[in-house]
Amino acid sequence: MKYIDEYRDGRLAKDIARQIAALADPAQSYHFMEFCGGHTYAISRYGLEDLLPANVRMIHGPGCPVCVLPIGRIDAAIALAMRPEITLCTYGDLMRVPGSNGSSLLKAKAAGADIRMVYSTLDALRIAEAEPDREVVFFAIGFETTTPPTALALKAAIAKGLGNFSIFCNHVLTPAAIQNILESPDVRKLGTIKIDGFIGPAHVSTVIGTEPYEFFAEEFKKPVVVAGFEPLDVIQAILMLVRQVNDGKHEVENQYIRAVTTFGNEKAQAEVADFFEFRESFEWRGLGEVPYGALRLRPQYVAYDAEKRFSMVTPAAKDNPACECGAILRGVKKPADCKLFGTVCTPDTPMGSCMVSSEGACAAHWTYGRFREQARQVDVGRAVA
Amino acid sequence: MNMMIKAYRRKLDVANGRVDLSHGAGGRAMGQLIEGIFHKAFDNDWLRAGNDQSAFSVPGGRMVMTTDGYVVSPLFFPGGNIGTLAVHGTINDIAMAGAVPLYLSASFIIEEGFPFAYLERIAQSMGAASREAGVPIITGDTKVVERGKADGVFISTAGVGMVPDGLDLRSDAARPGDAVIISGSIGDHGVAVMSKRENLEFDTDIVSDSAALHGLVADMVAAGGAHIRLMRDPTRGGIAATLNEIASQSRVGFRIDEDKIPLKPEVAAACEFLGLDPLNVANEGKLVAVVAPEGADAVLATMRAHPLGSEAALVGHVVADDNCFVQMTTSCGGRIVDWLSGEQLPRIC
Repeated sequence: MKYIDEYRDGRLAKDIARQIAALADPAQSYHFMEFCGGHTYAISRYGLEDLLPANVRMIHGPGCPVCVLPIGRIDAAIALAMRPEITLCTYGDLMRVPGSNGSSLLKAKAAGADIRMVYSTLDALRIAEAEPDREVVFFAIGFETTTPPTALALKAAIAKGLGNFSIFCNHVLTPAAIQNILESPDVRKLGTIKIDGFIGPAHVSTVIGTEPYEFFAEEFKKPVVVAGFEPLDVIQAILMLVRQVNDGKHEVENQYIRAVTTFGNEKAQAEVADFFEFRESFEWRGLGEVPYGALRLRPQYVAYDAEKRFSMVTPAAKDNPACECGAILRGVKKPADCKLFGTVCTPDTPMGSCMVSSEGACAAHWTYGRFREQARQVDVGRAVA
Repeated sequence: MNMMIKAYRRKLDVANGRVDLSHGAGGRAMGQLIEGIFHKAFDNDWLRAGNDQSAFSVPGGRMVMTTDGYVVSPLFFPGGNIGTLAVHGTINDIAMAGAVPLYLSASFIIEEGFPFAYLERIAQSMGAASREAGVPIITGDTKVVERGKADGVFISTAGVGMVPDGLDLRSDAARPGDAVIISGSIGDHGVAVMSKRENLEFDTDIVSDSAALHGLVADMVAAGGAHIRLMRDPTRGGIAATLNEIASQSRVGFRIDEDKIPLKPEVAAACEFLGLDPLNVANEGKLVAVVAPEGADAVLATMRAHPLGSEAALVGHVVADDNCFVQMTTSCGGRIVDWLSGEQLPRIC
């Protein structure tokens, strides 16, 4: 497939991996966080960790919008969807995210809630237009990539005078989350996670550009390489990070020049700014309250804000105490460190959100990589024998 | 040692739970439903064997019987419609036992208000498909339900066939070293249906692969019958679900090679932009055969000589693996091929 196969060339990937192995100082270890779930998925799906030397390790970051959504927001959405006048439109990924007490949108739908899976915000708009007697709410989630389409849907709803369309806004922001990780005690004081650099998100950066990463590259002295989602993109970004670490640099570099510019898509940014403003604080699963880490609708669009329109409350809800999603999202633990992983928690029976989305660290490892634990067990067995 | 790896199965909460869409997706949730409700109620050796059809002895040989329901949406799609699917799908379930399909039944649940013209078009194409296959529809049933209680029309077909003497294909028969052969390109049906689905329409030349495979199977059985361990048609859940099913029923693993799996560039591209893995996408005219190594070449050559197997490929081998993993070599490394969890594409067949 043109423009895809070129970026999945195994020979080139192995060649870059050899360069990484040659450059990586054996006396040193390199720990890079891929912030974005899209990269986590690519690393697992293409088995890229197999190509890296033992002292170059990847830490999976919190950049999976489904994963960082706190349980309380799912509970609030389920409570809303159970109201008879409501049609809740959502992306398929959210359907199976566990809420409190084993609930989920999928189960709420089976119990009679009018919940529809949509592929885009425009599908939700079409439903609102076609069914004027229904209160159609779009469950908006995602990072900077999915916020402009929500803004455009809102713009279209206003232009069409659709009085029965509103948005349950859960849009979150990448730079605030990266800063939160770098400021966390795990990184700064306790040293429980060592992060030597970041792979910056691909699609998010097409919207916001590379410029927003300059601040923390400088402030926290960590290199950032913005990279595409194909395997060659990721492995090349790792090579660029190793080079920067070896040279004592902490710059923002752009590996994904075929799509990302310094200042991003300014038209999309303007649309977002027209409709959204910062929340002073928003809870992220794993990270806790992140200051200025999320968006809400501006006050003049209150009529389209489902939280206000339906007086939604976000109940305080706790994760299963044994679930390690929080620590996994901060990079402190790996999926296989969690007692629930692969025992009671699998993609069919998820206990935590990281096991739901294909971009979640647990789901990606379960679906594509879990045989590696077995291989290790076999190796250990042989060594003992 | 394997506690980290073994797939956990949550017990069905019969008292409080409800059927959700994942229970119809052909994955683990559906297996749980079938085991927890139907197998419990109907328990017998035939069901426990876990095949898509069951074989039993009758005077004069072994007979197989199967039944299947069709709820595809939209009803008409490039390369076929719900009616052709209902004929081909049931013939294929019979054929996967190596059997010669003989007769079909068809029952229709029709929604009030459904146009005669659509029903006639569906019935005509079923008639044509069954005549072409040489498998007549000899009995049927018709029910009409109120508007809103069905979606146009749902069709259920059953079929019977006879197994050639000496042939006994079973789902637990795969052995390490066996070859895995796929009869042609994967994912065509699922992508063709999706391309016409409401809110998702996209322009493509891809047509469903819907076809009756008993002719191909007859040639394979004639060429290498003793070496064929088992066959499956990878419908819902795609070849990923089929290989995982065989792996767990035969208590073996698979090692397959991504590069060798036939995949049309248009299907690959559509899966790319829909965010789907073609290994999870449904087929309606393909089969997966597990063949003893000494018979693999002959079976493959025979398949390639048949129009429905011209792109057949040997894609990997059965390996010994207590974890029953399906592992795949990719351009960069390796990965597992797992069942699809949950429901991405309801009502694909």
